[in-house]
Amino acid sequence: MIRIENIKKSFGDVEVLKGIDFEFLEGKCNLIIGKSGAGKTVLLKLLIGLLSPTSGKIWYDNVDFTKLGNKEVRKIRMEVGMLFQGSALFDSMTIEENIRFPMDMFTNFTKKQKDDRVNYCLERVNLEGVNKKYPSEASGGMQKRVGIARAIVLKPKYLFCDEPNSGLDPKTSIVIDALIASITKENDITTIINTHDMNSVMEIGENIAYIHEGILGWTGSKDQVLKSANDLLHDFIFASPFLQKLKDSVE
Amino acid sequence: MYWKEISRQMNDIGMGSFIIVFLIAIFIGAVTAVQFAYQMGGTLIPRYYIGYIVRDMTILEMAPTITCLVLSGKVGSNIAAEIGGMRQKEHIDAMEIMGVNTSAYLVMPKILAALIVIPLLVCVASIISIVGAYIASVPTGMFTGAEFIQGLRSWFDGYNVFIMLVKAIVFAFILTSVACYQGYFVKGGSIELGKASTQAVVAGNILILIADYVIALVLTA
Ligand SMILES: Nc1ncnc2c1ncn2[C@@H]1O[C@H](COP(=O)(O)OP(=O)(O)O)[C@@H](O)[C@H]1O
Ligand SMILES: [Mg+2]
Repeated sequence: MIRIENIKKSFGDVEVLKGIDFEFLEGKCNLIIGKSGAGKTVLLKLLIGLLSPTSGKIWYDNVDFTKLGNKEVRKIRMEVGMLFQGSALFDSMTIEENIRFPMDMFTNFTKKQKDDRVNYCLERVNLEGVNKKYPSEASGGMQKRVGIARAIVLKPKYLFCDEPNSGLDPKTSIVIDALIASITKENDITTIINTHDMNSVMEIGENIAYIHEGILGWTGSKDQVLKSANDLLHDFIFASPFLQKLKDSVE
Repeated sequence: MYWKEISRQMNDIGMGSFIIVFLIAIFIGAVTAVQFAYQMGGTLIPRYYIGYIVRDMTILEMAPTITCLVLSGKVGSNIAAEIGGMRQKEHIDAMEIMGVNTSAYLVMPKILAALIVIPLLVCVASIISIVGAYIASVPTGMFTGAEFIQGLRSWFDGYNVFIMLVKAIVFAFILTSVACYQGYFVKGGSIELGKASTQAVVAGNILILIADYVIALVLTA
């Protein structure tokens, strides 16, 4: 469980997040949704300490992350896997080396243990036999899957995904979403996903935070999205004329 | 882990720059010889002095400074673009949460590699440029090979080689650290990356020239 309390973040004079409270639940796909530039990536980076909040608290269970020293931050980070928006695979390393990297940094596993774990993770994301390839040789969807494999290699308690569908076709997006959701269930992970993909919202959104102009505009689950009377949320969700028509026709 | 990265960087910087350093060194030597021969034509200064002047010019100033100015352009811009790209593509963030001290991991191998390889390149450059001077002047009949070699062997002072190495080491440190800094703190997109890369070269060059002057003052005092 991760809980944020009155989180604010400014860059210079610009206040991107203006006081957000939310609880990300264990074993669930928690979604942070909002327009481009709403501050979703900033929020995710605050959670893992890549940025520091201007004010507010971040609770990992009973630990206030904002008060931790380097050593304790490192300990928490060991329990977090993160999939970056552009996958952030290291170009100079093979896919296998990429996935092994967190184990090299955090563990004393033997070579055999690492190899086994790499192969298990690749298998888990339905990629086999690509160990020796370089990221540049893989498609966008494959890169995301390698990113997921790297994120889960240390059996994280928390999984952060920044726009896992960006740049993917709808079909591949669905596969990636399903993969993240099933890994979440399997290991009871607290998963946090940034997205502005409506399809993801309706498929995997169990606990949703909608950020609008720096504040929490709406919270709920996918079943509540359509029933909600929140205008801002509806403007966001049914921004596309196609969905708007679909909604009107259903009504 | 670090050693592998250092050797990769040594290869990039060293082998990757060898041809350009070779070309520059040859021409610097050739031009120095031709122009000194021209300046001394019709004076009473013995012609073998040219060998002596070319040697010391090369060792004291040309080889370390010109080589490093050029390397700042080639290696510095490359380093800034590489690290800056990693920053923008969130590679640095990714490493950071995987427990890597990124400033050390990305910067140290580059600086260490440069500190080893660039002084070597400078030594090679100084030898090649003396050869360049010979090629440009002796076969064309400006003076004889014997005169040139007599000049090369006159008043040799090992201290000048020491000055050359000090310059090479200081310049190597400047050009890599400035480039790493520019790349590591880049923001925004490809325009900023281009700027950071240019800035690495401009700032690197200016600092090298200032350091050149300071070293000259201090070590010849
Ligand atoms: N390091 C930074 N410095 C200054 N402004 C930033 C920085 N990171 C993000 N921002 C600004 O914060 C806002 C939110 O960005 P971001 O979280 O990336 O949006 P998104 O919801 O699309 O992920 C944007 O206006 C962006 O320009
Ligand atoms: Mg984003």
